[in-house]
Amino acid sequence: MLFDANLATVAYIGAAILFILSLGGLSHPETARRGNLYGIVGMTIAVLATVLGPRVTAAGIPWIVGALVVGGAIGLYAAKRVQMTQMPELVALMHSLVGLAACLVGFASYVDTSVAYTAAEKAVHEVEIYIGVFIGAVTFSGSIVAFGKLSGKIGGKPLLLPARHWLNLAGVLATVWFGIAFVGAGVEAGVVPLGIMTVIALLLGIHMVMAIGGADMPVVVSMLNSYSGWAAAATGFMLSNDLLIVTGALVGSSGAILSYIMCRAMNRSFVSVIAGGFGTGTAPAAAGGAAQPQGEVQAVSAVETAEMLRSSKNVVIVPGYGMAVAQAQHTVYEITKFLREKGVNVRFAIHPVAGRMPGHMNVLLAEAKVPYDIVLEMDEINDDFPDTDVSMVIGANDIVNPAAQEDPTSPIAGMPVLQVWNAKTSIVMKRSMASGYAGVDNPLFYKENNRMLFGDAKKMLDEVLVALKS
Amino acid sequence: MSLKSGPLTIGVPRETYAGEKRVATVPEVVEKLIKLGFAVKIESGAGAAANFADEAYAAAGAQVVGSASELYAGSDVVFKVRPPALDEVAALKPGTTLIGFVWPAQNPALMQAMTERRLTALAIDALPRQLSRAQKMDALTSMASISGYRAVIEAANAFGRFFNGQVTAAGKIPPAKVFVAGAGVAGLAAIGTAANLGAIVRANDTRAEVADQVVSLGGEFVKVDYEEEGSGGGGYAKVMSEGFQAAQRAMYAQQAREVDIIVTTALIPGKPAPRLITAEMVQTMRPGSVIVDMAAEQGGNCELTVPGEAVVRHGVTIIGYTDLASRLSKQASTLYATNLLRLTEELCKKKDGSIDVNFDDDAIRGLTVIRDGEVTWPPPPPKLPAAPPAAKPAAAAAAPAKKSGGHGHGGGGEPMSAKTLGILFGVGAALFWLVGAFAPPSFLGHFTVFVLACFVGYMVVWNVTPSLHTPLMSVTNAISSIIAVGALVQVAPPVAEGTDRPDGLILGLAFVALLLTAINMFGGFAVTRRMLAMFRR
Repeated sequence: MLFDANLATVAYIGAAILFILSLGGLSHPETARRGNLYGIVGMTIAVLATVLGPRVTAAGIPWIVGALVVGGAIGLYAAKRVQMTQMPELVALMHSLVGLAACLVGFASYVDTSVAYTAAEKAVHEVEIYIGVFIGAVTFSGSIVAFGKLSGKIGGKPLLLPARHWLNLAGVLATVWFGIAFVGAGVEAGVVPLGIMTVIALLLGIHMVMAIGGADMPVVVSMLNSYSGWAAAATGFMLSNDLLIVTGALVGSSGAILSYIMCRAMNRSFVSVIAGGFGTGTAPAAAGGAAQPQGEVQAVSAVETAEMLRSSKNVVIVPGYGMAVAQAQHTVYEITKFLREKGVNVRFAIHPVAGRMPGHMNVLLAEAKVPYDIVLEMDEINDDFPDTDVSMVIGANDIVNPAAQEDPTSPIAGMPVLQVWNAKTSIVMKRSMASGYAGVDNPLFYKENNRMLFGDAKKMLDEVLVALKS
Repeated sequence: MSLKSGPLTIGVPRETYAGEKRVATVPEVVEKLIKLGFAVKIESGAGAAANFADEAYAAAGAQVVGSASELYAGSDVVFKVRPPALDEVAALKPGTTLIGFVWPAQNPALMQAMTERRLTALAIDALPRQLSRAQKMDALTSMASISGYRAVIEAANAFGRFFNGQVTAAGKIPPAKVFVAGAGVAGLAAIGTAANLGAIVRANDTRAEVADQVVSLGGEFVKVDYEEEGSGGGGYAKVMSEGFQAAQRAMYAQQAREVDIIVTTALIPGKPAPRLITAEMVQTMRPGSVIVDMAAEQGGNCELTVPGEAVVRHGVTIIGYTDLASRLSKQASTLYATNLLRLTEELCKKKDGSIDVNFDDDAIRGLTVIRDGEVTWPPPPPKLPAAPPAAKPAAAAAAPAKKSGGHGHGGGGEPMSAKTLGILFGVGAALFWLVGAFAPPSFLGHFTVFVLACFVGYMVVWNVTPSLHTPLMSVTNAISSIIAVGALVQVAPPVAEGTDRPDGLILGLAFVALLLTAINMFGGFAVTRRMLAMFRR
């Protein structure tokens, strides 16, 4: 035993500081790599201090090493193989692992009778276990469903059970009721309500994410991110471990802020996203009746698109989920590179909820080697559209819908959008005229200065590239 | 009587002014006029000088008529470029609407003749240009920009050297230096053209606000060393004070010594062109230099200009052509025809081939100089004065202020209202009181840590740039495998003798939990690393 209790505590403080630095490092791409390194170092210190500390005896070492080696190998393999377009799935899957681990640790802590507590402490301890297991279970099942939806194994359409709000409420009430039965019961008697509650929590997690549709996924993924943090924090309370509490709180608040940012980018409240997707309540009437845009859609060919790009000085590309689906980011980069070599100022405009995960588009563009300093946020670039010759929208719809600003009856009214229609010409690449996730027709398509380039994003962009180079 | 019901016939005669090559409409526009409900007649040969054949007009749907008199007899509306000659006015049907350049201030005899003929005359040169709506009909602008281009081309033609600097095997060639006096539409077009040819371009204007435009086209703005603002309302320049003019003369004298080419475009509406370049200044210019005086028609900005001709004085070629736009006849005709088409669209909102000279419309009111034989010129002063100069800086200041809302999303956003804040603090205080009153002390220590950590997390994460949100999620995910510590302490803790503990079960649970978190831990950090390695400048 190299570390006594005091040394272990000091090591934990060091690890906590490193984790904070790690998150702080992400404020800029230059320092982000160092931030990740801080995280690794912090984690290593925390694990070593624990393993070599007073709470682990030599008998456990083989098991620990075994678990770390096997788990580590799986993790590294997955990290190496995953494609960048699959990042949302991977992140969701990993959240589920944290959730499940929190559950298991909670159960183990409950059946462990070796630690003696006073009556008040025992009650608090049991509440902590109960909450910890609950959050862990919701995180686990919710993340599994999110993974299924993101990877296409489960349909993206929201599943809307009748009276689903009441179902959720009943679940929460039952949880509270079993919680009262649980606290104070002996170990044998307490396992039953704990087990029932776990099942309810699992169902709640499934139901909650099933009810949420594709484009709301960024909120869900960041929300689950937050939950996994709270699960860790609850575990920390349960085991009286401050490092777990600090780290869990860091992760939890990070996820919560991301969820908030995503919600704000869609001009919706957190509750309304969680309570269900678009198309509920009064929205359909407004969408169907009021806002039928007038005018003709003007289609262009890939060759004409190339011509327009070639003769412009300022180009802004707006990528959306469609680009990720079609895996078109590399072609986009080739086009960008070609145009930049010709002296065209090409930039990218990223809407906060473009894609299926916060920052999804940035990662894809980074993967395709697009320099990050030409990838701009919505607030940074929206004022520049009037000086833009061509704005090219690739596989995005709702985030460039002028109805959000012009039509107060639209279901997405008030949502901040990229004002691509202010450019001299906008080109929208789309497979068909189908409306976006929100089910709202897009008046942009009918604007006089808008052109539609129909077809698969990858195929059309390849043609544009060929036309540019010829 | 302001309304003429349709369908009316638009007549387009051949321009009779000597050397005029433009024509008031082109075949492309004829089709659109017919779509508006008009019939179009064109005099045979009207477009010949601008390379538009009679057949092209006929193919577009126009009726080609043999003579001007025949044309005028059958036309309700006449499109022209140059102001009509008096005999042309005499040939027009009484009540005809004439659309074209009129220059009412310079042509009192013409105005007199047109009123006697009881015409309605729309002078495209009298258009209130400051109305943004009027820009599409602004023929002065389109003609001026063509003239500005052509002026530089004429200068290049007369100038014996390259415009752009080159280093060749035969030696180094310095770039030509061009000075443009007056940065109106024509001046700006000249600046852009000369800069594109590779010359070093300087420009001056009495209106200081055009300096940015000069720079944006690749020119350098030369200031007059004297404080006075020269905007005369409606976007035109005004006559400047004596002190200013002296300072200006000094500046021009200096430029004349330094540059190879001078293009002058200075005009003040309704006044003779200001004399900017004196004979002495021409003498100081290098032999072979060129002056293009675009104000030749109004007397010229240069003392030695001969309107309509190119002359050589003191070794300097002085070009005083008054038909620069006409020298690019096809381009000029096309743009002019489009301007008139836009005007016709305004006059014929119903698209039924009728025209309505509606005096409630500021643009139409402004350019109507005679209505049904009554002089309606000059129009009442436009309601909108030119934007006060103060407005622009204010707007510019507002924009950066909006942007400076913090990094990325602006952590604070709008401050919460006092009421919400009060409620929030109230609820928070109640919760803390509950915790403090009932929780055991051991819990409180952890609770303190928890709350503080939440705040630290809040502060730190707001600084994360949105482009790194995905790495943020994957790194926080990796960090949340700190839960491994919870599993570690359960694998094989030191257990006091005699306690009843289901070791096997706990070990199993803890082992699985550890395995899961290990996947997360290694996988999370590795994938974050992989992602971050891709972010490059």
